[in-house]
Amino acid sequence: MPRATAAKVLQETSFYGSVAFFLVLAAFPFYWMVITSFKSNADLYNVTNIPFWFNDPPTLEHFHYLFEKTLFTTWLLNSLIIGLCVTAITLVTAVPGAYSLARMIGRNGEALGIGIFLTYLVPPTLLFLPLSRVIAGLGLQNSMWSLVVVYPTFTIPFCTWLLMGFFKALPVEIEEAAIVDGCSLWGAFVKMAIPLALPGILTVVIFTFTLTLQEFVYALTFISASDQKPITLGVATDLIRGDIFYWGEIMAGALIASIPVAIAYNLFLDRFISGITGGAVK
Amino acid sequence: MVAIADSVPKPAARFRFILDRRDVFGSILVAPAILYVLLLVGVPFLMAVYYSLSAYTIYDPSWRFVGLSNFVDIVENPEFRHTLYNTFIFTFGSQFLGLVLGKFGALLLLRPFPGRKIVRALIILPWAVPIALATVAWQWMFDSLYSVINWTLIALGIVSRSDAPNWLGNPHLAMLSVIVVNAWRFFPFAIVIFLAGITAVPQDVLDAATVDGAGFWRRNYQIIMPMILPIVAIGLIFGIVFTFTDLSIVFLMTMGGPVGATSVLAFSGFQTGINSGDVSHGAAISLFMLPVLFVVVVVMLRFIRRREI
Repeated sequence: MPRATAAKVLQETSFYGSVAFFLVLAAFPFYWMVITSFKSNADLYNVTNIPFWFNDPPTLEHFHYLFEKTLFTTWLLNSLIIGLCVTAITLVTAVPGAYSLARMIGRNGEALGIGIFLTYLVPPTLLFLPLSRVIAGLGLQNSMWSLVVVYPTFTIPFCTWLLMGFFKALPVEIEEAAIVDGCSLWGAFVKMAIPLALPGILTVVIFTFTLTLQEFVYALTFISASDQKPITLGVATDLIRGDIFYWGEIMAGALIASIPVAIAYNLFLDRFISGITGGAVK
Repeated sequence: MVAIADSVPKPAARFRFILDRRDVFGSILVAPAILYVLLLVGVPFLMAVYYSLSAYTIYDPSWRFVGLSNFVDIVENPEFRHTLYNTFIFTFGSQFLGLVLGKFGALLLLRPFPGRKIVRALIILPWAVPIALATVAWQWMFDSLYSVINWTLIALGIVSRSDAPNWLGNPHLAMLSVIVVNAWRFFPFAIVIFLAGITAVPQDVLDAATVDGAGFWRRNYQIIMPMILPIVAIGLIFGIVFTFTDLSIVFLMTMGGPVGATSVLAFSGFQTGINSGDVSHGAAISLFMLPVLFVVVVVMLRFIRRREI
């Protein structure tokens, strides 16, 4: 059966060829980040060199420069502080909010939940003008704390929606049993529902953090002082002197900032998808 | 005696009693979330609407009402009409490209093969990584002198060094570039959406169709596609909303240039409202996103309702 074998080989080749195409398409820019960040400048800025590999030995000079001569560590720290504060605000509001919408308010809860989720679709590029006035009114212009105030406007709707799904999936009998045994509503929420929803809460923590790292528009609008920038804004806009782009440093910074987000996404992808499709897929 | 004395509730006990009513307790729990969203999304939204109807600039912060004159100003401006046109091209071009890539990618990833998990993890990257950082990497790949894409084209003998394309300097190529980058950013999202939908189609339905004589294409387009339509629609809605209102790709790659060829609504609103300080006109430009968002939200609500029936 030589013909069948040939067809099989052709089919397999085209299959793996297509997979390879998608891999290159998706991952090449990141490969490019890695290569650029470890290349010496002499190697980078020479159009006759083969760009895909090291013509000179790899070097850590860009990473040294990034950590020692730029505000990169400040940006890292800023992003960490912003992420932690926003996560705290989001948890304190979204966990009880979602529990209430899922359990307490009955039919109105569903409508309210959809209403809150829809605010997630109101784009930053519509709100940045009035919000920049609000930020100025609070005396927070050009300060990273403005982002701590503003970021919950999209993390709260998103996480409330995500957690609503988690609380709804919990068996209500456990809380009812606790209440029959003399627990207050608050006690049933804190001692029964929260521990059971911990996986969902962990998901929310991870996604709040990654959402704050990914945000760009508000940071760009509110912050121009270099030492107040979060890492995404700092790397994208602050490693340029006049017309000169410090490509090695920019790519090194982008690489460092991308890795944690990429890992988090891959670990929590399935929960994220069932969250945004509202459990349309069981 | 003791029983009578105890039957008079202490204030603390009455407070506890109120907290044990489900509706009251529920309202207290949900209040912070709703207040936050009302104060920092609802109120600013109304402010944006009012700005667009006023003569507000950062140099003259008056709230003088001027009616629709800001809208008349911007609609009469040919640059703005071009921006509006660009926004549609940018949005639908990149969504179309992203969906096509997403569908094919999902079909590939449906089949088990060695290393599929790693392949999936790598393919998710464009969507997971902060878009501003990925955009900077693309900007470097499109560099006018050291572009790796041009290097490859030259090495393959497709173009010569003297007439290598200047990706971000030519109006048409610049639009193509921002569309490609945005499609690149969204296609992994489309893949996971398609995958989630396709794996949710019950196998017995497919088996029944196969027994009844439906071939690959027929199963694909008459059974799978209609069944996954709701979830694909939700994914598409996200894509449209986030592309139609996106600022970062255009801002970082082209700054709306060359000569406004890639200027989109969000970018134009930013330039006018923030950089030039003309808040009222900036707000009016941004509000042109609303009709599209409104349509999208109505469609989304319909799909969410249908899911509940």
